[in-house]
Amino acid sequence: MNSSVEALRATFGSAIGRAIESCGDTIVYIDPAKLPEVMRWLRDTPEQHYDYLVDVTAVEYRDRERPLEVVYNLRSLARRTDLRIKVELDPQGDLTLDSVVPLWRGADWLEREVYDMFGITFRGHPDLRRILMWDTYAEGYPLRKDFPLRGRFSRAEQVRQALAANPEAHYSMEELSIAQAYDELPPDMQERLRRGERAKIPYSE
Amino acid sequence: MKRVLETKEVAGQSPNYLLAKVQDLIDWAVNSSRANSLWPMPFGTACCAIEFMATAASRYDFARFGMERQAFSPRQADVLICAGRLPFKLAPVIRRIYDQMPQPKWVISMGACASSGGIFDNYAMVQGIDTIVPVDVYVPGCPPRPEGLLYGVLLLHKKIKGESLFDRAPRREEQPLDERGLRLPPEQINEISEPFGNSIHQFRSA
Repeated sequence: MNSSVEALRATFGSAIGRAIESCGDTIVYIDPAKLPEVMRWLRDTPEQHYDYLVDVTAVEYRDRERPLEVVYNLRSLARRTDLRIKVELDPQGDLTLDSVVPLWRGADWLEREVYDMFGITFRGHPDLRRILMWDTYAEGYPLRKDFPLRGRFSRAEQVRQALAANPEAHYSMEELSIAQAYDELPPDMQERLRRGERAKIPYSE
Repeated sequence: MKRVLETKEVAGQSPNYLLAKVQDLIDWAVNSSRANSLWPMPFGTACCAIEFMATAASRYDFARFGMERQAFSPRQADVLICAGRLPFKLAPVIRRIYDQMPQPKWVISMGACASSGGIFDNYAMVQGIDTIVPVDVYVPGCPPRPEGLLYGVLLLHKKIKGESLFDRAPRREEQPLDERGLRLPPEQINEISEPFGNSIHQFRSA
C-alpha cells in the first residue's frame, strides 16, 4: 500500500474514503467536494510530490446502483510512485467537478475528453468543449450506459448532420497554441516579435 | 453529337457504318488513355492504408497498371481510393475532396469498413461511404491483400473501357447533394446502413 494513503488520512480525515490495492496500484476514493484541495496537497507537499498527471478518465458501470467514477492517475516522477485517485458521482445527479487544469496544465484535453464522452462538467476549465465529437454533436454523451450503441438518431439523420458540418471549422486560431503563447510572453519579447525580429537558429551558420 | 451522326442516313446503305466505327475508335482511344493512366487520390484512414501502401510499393507496384503518379491533391486525381473506416467527422472531408476532383472521376471503396462500416456498427462510423459519395468498385477484405486491391483496379479498368463518350451516363455529371443535404433518399441510407448478423438485435432508440 502506498504510504501516501496514511498521510492523506492524517491530513484530510473523513474526506478520504476507502483505499484498496489492485494489481500493485493503490486506489484512494476521495470526497468530490475536497478534490481540488487534496490534489493540490498531493502535488505541492514535498513528501508527496505527485508532479505528473498521467490520465484523467471516467468509468460508468453496468450495475445501476454503482456510482460513476472519475479516475485520476498520478505519478511522482522524482519518487517513482503511482497513485490512483477516484471520485464517485451519482449518474442521475449533478455531474460537476472542479477542474484540475490549474494544477496540471495537461489535464486540459483529458478533461475535455471526459466531458465529451460522459458529460461531466469541470468547473474552472478554461475551454470546456467537445474534443472527439464535433461541437454541434447533439446525440448526447457516447460512453454513458444509457447511450444506444448506434446513436440516438437514424443513420440518414446522422449522415445529414455530418455532411452539414464545415470541414474547415475544426481548427480555429484560438486553438493554435502560438496564439495563446503570444499573450504569455514577457513584454520585451512581445515587442521584439511585433517588430518582426527573428531569433537566430542555432548552428545555422 | 450522336444525334447529328445518326441523322446522316444514306438510302440503300448501311447507316453510319464508318461513323460508328469512328465513335468506337474515339472511345477506345479515350478510354484506354483514361484507364491506363489513372491518378489515384489515396484517402487512407486506417489499416487498409497500410495495404494500400504495400500495393503502391515495389513488390506489388500498381504503377504497372498506370497508377504511377499518386495525386495528393484532389484537383489532379481521377480515382479516389478510400482505404479504411470513415467516421462521421470525416464525412464532410471526403465529400469535399470528391467534389474537388474534376470529371471524369471514379471511387474505389477499399475494405469492409469503407464499404459497409465493417465491424464498426456504432455511433461514430459511416456505414459505407456510398452513403456519402458514389462508389464504382468495392474491394472486400479486412484489410484486402494487395492482390485484392489490384483486382479492384483492374475491374475499374474494365468499367472505364466499357464507357462511351457518346453515351453520357448520368455519373459523368456532377451530382451535388440534394436540398436535404444528402446524396441518397433517407430511407435508402437507413436501409443500406442496416447491420448484419446478430447485431441486428441490438437496441436502437430512434
